[in-house]
Amino acid sequence: MGSLLSACGLKKKKKAEENRHLRANDREFNFSFQYANNAIKTSRYNIFTFLPLNLFEQFQRLANAYFVFLLMLQLIPQISSLSWFTTVVPLLLVLSITLAKDLSDDITRHKNDKHVNNREVEVLIDGEVKKEKWMNVQVGDIVKLENNEFVTADLLLLSSSEPLNLVYIETAELDGETNLKVKQALTVTGDLGNDIQRLAAFKGEVHCEPPNNRLDRFTGTLTVSGETLALDNERILLRGCTLRNTEWCFGLVVFGGPDTKLMQNSGKTVFKRTSIDRLMNVLVMFIFGFLAFMCTILSIGNAIWEYQEGESFIAFLPRPDGANASLSAFLTFWSYVIILNTVVPISLYVSVEILRLGNSYFIDWDRKMYHVKSDTPAQARTTTLNEELGQIKYIFSDKTGTLTQNIMTFNRCSINGKSYGDVVDFAGQRVEITEKTEKVDFSWNPLADPKFSFYDHQLVEAVKQGSPAVQDFFRLLALCHTVMPEEKTEGELYYQAQSPDEGALVTAARNFGFVFRSRTPESISVMEMGVPTTYELLAVLDFNNVRKRMSVIVRSPKGRLILYCKGADTMIYERLHPSCSKIMEVTTEHLNEYAGEGLRTLALACKDLDEEKFAEWKQRHHVASTAMDDREAKLDAIYEEIEKDLQLLGASAVEDKLQDGVPQTIEQLAQADIKIWVLTGDKQETAENIGYSCNMLREEMKDIFIVAANTAAEVRKELVNARKKMSPESGDEPPIMKSRLWGKKSQVVEDEKVDGEYGLVINGHSLAFALQKDMQLELLRTACMCQTVICCRVTPLQKAQVVELVKKHKNAVTLAIGDGANDVSMIKTAHIGVGISGQEGMQAVLSSDFSFAQFRYLQRLLLVHGRWSYLRMCKFLRYFFYKNFTFTFVHFWYGFFCGFSAQTVYDEWFITLYNLVYTALPVIALSMFDQDVNDRWSFQYPQLYSPGQLNQYFSKMAFVRILLHSCYSSLILFFIPWAAMNDTVRDDGKEIADYQSFALLAQTCLLIAVNVQLGLDTCYWTAVNQFFLWGSLSVYFAVTFTMYSNGMYLIFTSSFPFIGAARNSLSQPNVWLTIFLTTILCSLPVVAQRFLFIQLKPTINDKVRHKVRQSKAMPLPPPRRFPRRRISTRRSGYAFSHARGYGDLVTSGGFLRIPIKTRPTIFPRSETPVADSTPQTYRAIYQESASS
Amino acid sequence: MKKEEEGSERPDNTAFTQQRLPAWQPILSAGIVIPGFLLIGLAFIGIGIALFLTSQTIQVLERDYTGYEQTSPCFTCSSPSAKNCTCEITFSLDKIFTGPVFFYYGLTNYYQSFRKYGVSKDDNQLFGDTTYFKNPQDSCFPYQRDSNSRPIVPCGALPNSMFNDTFELFHEVNKTKKRVPLDGKGIAWWTDYNIKYRNPSFVNGSLANAFEGTEKPINWPTSAYELDPTDPNNNGFLNQDFLVWMRRAALPQFRKLYRRITEGDYAAGLPAGDYFLTIHYNYPVLNFDGRKMVVFSNVSWMGGKNDFLGIAYLVVGSLCVVMSVVMLIVYAKYKFKEDS
Repeated sequence: MGSLLSACGLKKKKKAEENRHLRANDREFNFSFQYANNAIKTSRYNIFTFLPLNLFEQFQRLANAYFVFLLMLQLIPQISSLSWFTTVVPLLLVLSITLAKDLSDDITRHKNDKHVNNREVEVLIDGEVKKEKWMNVQVGDIVKLENNEFVTADLLLLSSSEPLNLVYIETAELDGETNLKVKQALTVTGDLGNDIQRLAAFKGEVHCEPPNNRLDRFTGTLTVSGETLALDNERILLRGCTLRNTEWCFGLVVFGGPDTKLMQNSGKTVFKRTSIDRLMNVLVMFIFGFLAFMCTILSIGNAIWEYQEGESFIAFLPRPDGANASLSAFLTFWSYVIILNTVVPISLYVSVEILRLGNSYFIDWDRKMYHVKSDTPAQARTTTLNEELGQIKYIFSDKTGTLTQNIMTFNRCSINGKSYGDVVDFAGQRVEITEKTEKVDFSWNPLADPKFSFYDHQLVEAVKQGSPAVQDFFRLLALCHTVMPEEKTEGELYYQAQSPDEGALVTAARNFGFVFRSRTPESISVMEMGVPTTYELLAVLDFNNVRKRMSVIVRSPKGRLILYCKGADTMIYERLHPSCSKIMEVTTEHLNEYAGEGLRTLALACKDLDEEKFAEWKQRHHVASTAMDDREAKLDAIYEEIEKDLQLLGASAVEDKLQDGVPQTIEQLAQADIKIWVLTGDKQETAENIGYSCNMLREEMKDIFIVAANTAAEVRKELVNARKKMSPESGDEPPIMKSRLWGKKSQVVEDEKVDGEYGLVINGHSLAFALQKDMQLELLRTACMCQTVICCRVTPLQKAQVVELVKKHKNAVTLAIGDGANDVSMIKTAHIGVGISGQEGMQAVLSSDFSFAQFRYLQRLLLVHGRWSYLRMCKFLRYFFYKNFTFTFVHFWYGFFCGFSAQTVYDEWFITLYNLVYTALPVIALSMFDQDVNDRWSFQYPQLYSPGQLNQYFSKMAFVRILLHSCYSSLILFFIPWAAMNDTVRDDGKEIADYQSFALLAQTCLLIAVNVQLGLDTCYWTAVNQFFLWGSLSVYFAVTFTMYSNGMYLIFTSSFPFIGAARNSLSQPNVWLTIFLTTILCSLPVVAQRFLFIQLKPTINDKVRHKVRQSKAMPLPPPRRFPRRRISTRRSGYAFSHARGYGDLVTSGGFLRIPIKTRPTIFPRSETPVADSTPQTYRAIYQESASS
Repeated sequence: MKKEEEGSERPDNTAFTQQRLPAWQPILSAGIVIPGFLLIGLAFIGIGIALFLTSQTIQVLERDYTGYEQTSPCFTCSSPSAKNCTCEITFSLDKIFTGPVFFYYGLTNYYQSFRKYGVSKDDNQLFGDTTYFKNPQDSCFPYQRDSNSRPIVPCGALPNSMFNDTFELFHEVNKTKKRVPLDGKGIAWWTDYNIKYRNPSFVNGSLANAFEGTEKPINWPTSAYELDPTDPNNNGFLNQDFLVWMRRAALPQFRKLYRRITEGDYAAGLPAGDYFLTIHYNYPVLNFDGRKMVVFSNVSWMGGKNDFLGIAYLVVGSLCVVMSVVMLIVYAKYKFKEDS
């Protein structure tokens, strides 16, 4: 509430703030606007506000408000049918538990705030750079950031250590993306450099937009000495980013603390509710109605009684103004509201929270979901959604980083018709590569990447022997790319690749002795088998999606002019010299083999160029590259001209490494009848490829539809065609189940039956059409008929739209899993969001409900934890409703025997303690520990998951059954004691049919009956269950005998009027015979019914449990083994990122980091004239600006 | 930093955290359920027979003396105008009514279970706390104070409505009426007599003085300290009849112990013969359609006569046996296939 209030306050301020105006280094000026400083506050209370605010919040909750309402009713003497303590004791308990929880949460938040606010940063104050705490940084201050520091606030970048005023930032904490981004300062401010005096004298004024949460947009102007310059997102460093590869930079604080985009984006968590929550809300409404109904009946009964009997009973109980039946009925109504209030499951809400918390802890604690390598345990970040994990019907998964590791490994290659990379034993059989397989030793190469592993020793032998084909192959890999190297200390090379594929290839070349070391716009330096060699880079023929290839033209130190080309095999093959036909054949075979294993392949080729021809070509290339119109097409044509008559060198195969166990997990989840949709930003080929390698798309599928059309009409046609093919008889109108619930219209599309398995691949462009209002149901129908759906090239927004579509029109629970910032929207949209943690990006995890390190843990989360949670929650709810209804209905029946006077059946203390003490722990134990079968069996039979998807364990029907069951039990529990005690006496002739003895008998019968019911519901009797169950019963008897003892009466007199009832009544055999009879009558029908159902209509659970029982003597089932099904004949996608390459940047030099002092130069500077000249000019600029 | 704490996040490997607690996992298998039903059924039939037979041995003699019918001997007494009315009902026993015989009065359609009636008393007063003598609890209203605002002790509707018919039983022996001694001691619960209810401390050696300044309940003919003129120890709140009355009944039809017949010639029971019951008729019930009755009964180990339990046990036992047979048939015929 505190934060809410303050947030509201801030919002008001913000509304007033229409644009922001600030002046650098002028705190007084900026202070006049009262902008927030950089302190953040996520905590909600302070010492003084905690108690009042928290209580205020708590009483706003329906449950507590209801308690208070009851309490007020109880304070009206005419109505009060129960003592005040029956309500106050539970209320206090609930309040104090919540209070304690909120307190500990807020202390954590305070600690975090304090930690962040006390970080230090260098700030320019009064012309000096001083260390200052983050929270004291003001808008308009200039701060100095150093490498690897967090950005303090939203800054306007002024200047940096890097040339062209560039800075590199990592936005992992902000949006989860781990690649570096570049920001550039304006030249005007960049000239300030790190000259403190000039910076201190800087008086630029910024006008910009008010604080908002858009990460990708910023508009404003900077006015420096009368000149106004436009500002955009390129100039802004956002809080939450980290400065990388940049020695230092200066920035002007534009937004501080709560105004930063990071903070503006946080805290708006959507409150997710589970389907059971929603059902509960409906049921609670129903129960309120039911309560009113019961009370009405009883008050009508009271009116009749008053009219018939009460008037004449006046001799014994005269009323002040005679018997007024209607007034009495009115009062009785409210008296019964108090007595029967236990049908409204208020304490249930508290217990449900406890359960969910407990089950969340089990997720946190699970060692089988703990990833050793990244030291990351699973984490239930939202503790209120557990049971929904057992009801998932659709999974939406990201690909990169989720299904795959986003690690490319150079796996196989075919060089000059010979395939390398397989490990073959003596018999010539392929050996599967495991951890134990001997790796190739690269220690002969001091520059080798130690993380690189390769298993085929032949290849390294071939390189060492100097086979020209092999050497050319790796030379190509070392030269033909757009990777940026970084060598901080001698021999410690890092590659910044635009796509991980490229990185993998260059790394492979590095390890095999062709080490790419540094580049300038005009040269590439390579260590070739230990010999430093510099190639002159003449042209980069960059990659794009049409060309599907890239080439470089270099001149070797010996003066040879060579074109190296790599690209999709189809593209390369068209451009080969006819003389390669033989090697083409063999290589094609290899390519097919690699593709069948799900590897991403590239064909490599080269060609010697003729100096003259090249010079002429270069001329025309220059013309084309400077053409003003249609430059791309012209360039493509020019490239086409020279990329022909290539000589095939071979092919490389890169593995887009799947995470461990992904195919198995997908198989398992499919068995559990969960549909998996992959939503990826990757291009179609890659996505399909991954679809095959993780078993989602299979050869044996009847058909795989690919929707890739360019107009709405075509998309619709393709979708309809696909649907007609799968199910020819399906009608044009979608089968819609319309229902209205609480005024909300819902359209639910029913599932349609399809024979056989189909797959659907749809690209982002088509998806955009398909998601339009008039077509989305068509998309949904077709997609839901397919076993597998892959959407590629989708934007984050589309991901969310797809999830929303299914959520809205399918009566199903959805789960989204992803690792990156682009998955955040779908993670937030889906019923349950799962983030892959343990990697650098945090954004997905931060917005997720559950997180763990590996995709494969998903099956454990769903099939074990989810299933158990659902099972437990449903058992809990069923039992809880049962015990409370039974408890309450007995009062209802007693109404007919006490003149509808709202006389309770039980002792008031029993009413107070029933839910709180006598029955609380056993049911908690049940719903914490119960498991129908253990985790092994859960995996063995994924079908066990389906009852959750179908809502079988707790639904409106189940609720009605509980109601009837409770009704039956309460009839037994009231009328058996009634009949047994009617006119009866003790064995010494004294009274036993008195009210107190009857109350004691009824409550004892009830307690034993509900405990036996609990026992029947328990499948898994741990020691804790036993202890709680027997303990609760013992506590009941102990408490009862104590409360009814002489001592208690002597001390408290009128508080415990039931003195002696326990002794006088529980010593009688007929009392015990009655208790026994009611217990049997309550439990045996349940046993009989369950037994017969197991025999006649066994559920999957019954079958598996039976199997478990049978196999008790045998060892547990071995974990499911999955055959490696990777044999497919299709050709895979090529290994390239789908974006345009870095070619321009590489040749322009803009991106190059110029070694000034940090990096030792390995090659003589003179060899690289460009590299030499740049720092000089840079220095010149610097000196100029310094002198001016 | 991460490297330093390698493995530090690893969850503990305990049976509890890994949800591997050893557990007993019973299932409803045919081997347990069917024999179980059979055994329970047989046991219930056994208990049922025993209960039923026991109940049959208990003798009960019940006579309505409300005087509702004109033929009833108490008809005249039942009119509201009758004062100090006495009537007599007769009954004869063919065989001995085995002792000890308990003598009850019974009321029907009498709602002692009515909430406001039930709470209309002051436990502190009845505990002998004289501060509440002056200020009875509000729950006693309208029997809290009399018209002169004098506090009523014992206050409330429950004490006020105390049953005040009295009975004398005569046995005709050799044409003369011989009084049957009725024992009124120890008919209330021990805890009520010894703990729950207490007389106020005597003032100047007299109980009556302790009640100084209070008014007797409106319907009572005498004050609480004069309830039993024959026995000074049986007065005040510790009067046995009062205690029996104050233990209010759960159901609108109830009987309360009046006397025991345990003395003299009748210790072994009431011999066969004719009996005369003289009733001092004071308590009006007809205005609320109630009935009054006297009940003579003896008891067994299972208390008073109640056929219900025995029959219920027999019925439930038989059902269990039938059920076990049904389940056996179903099991044999439909037992689900092993393969899933």
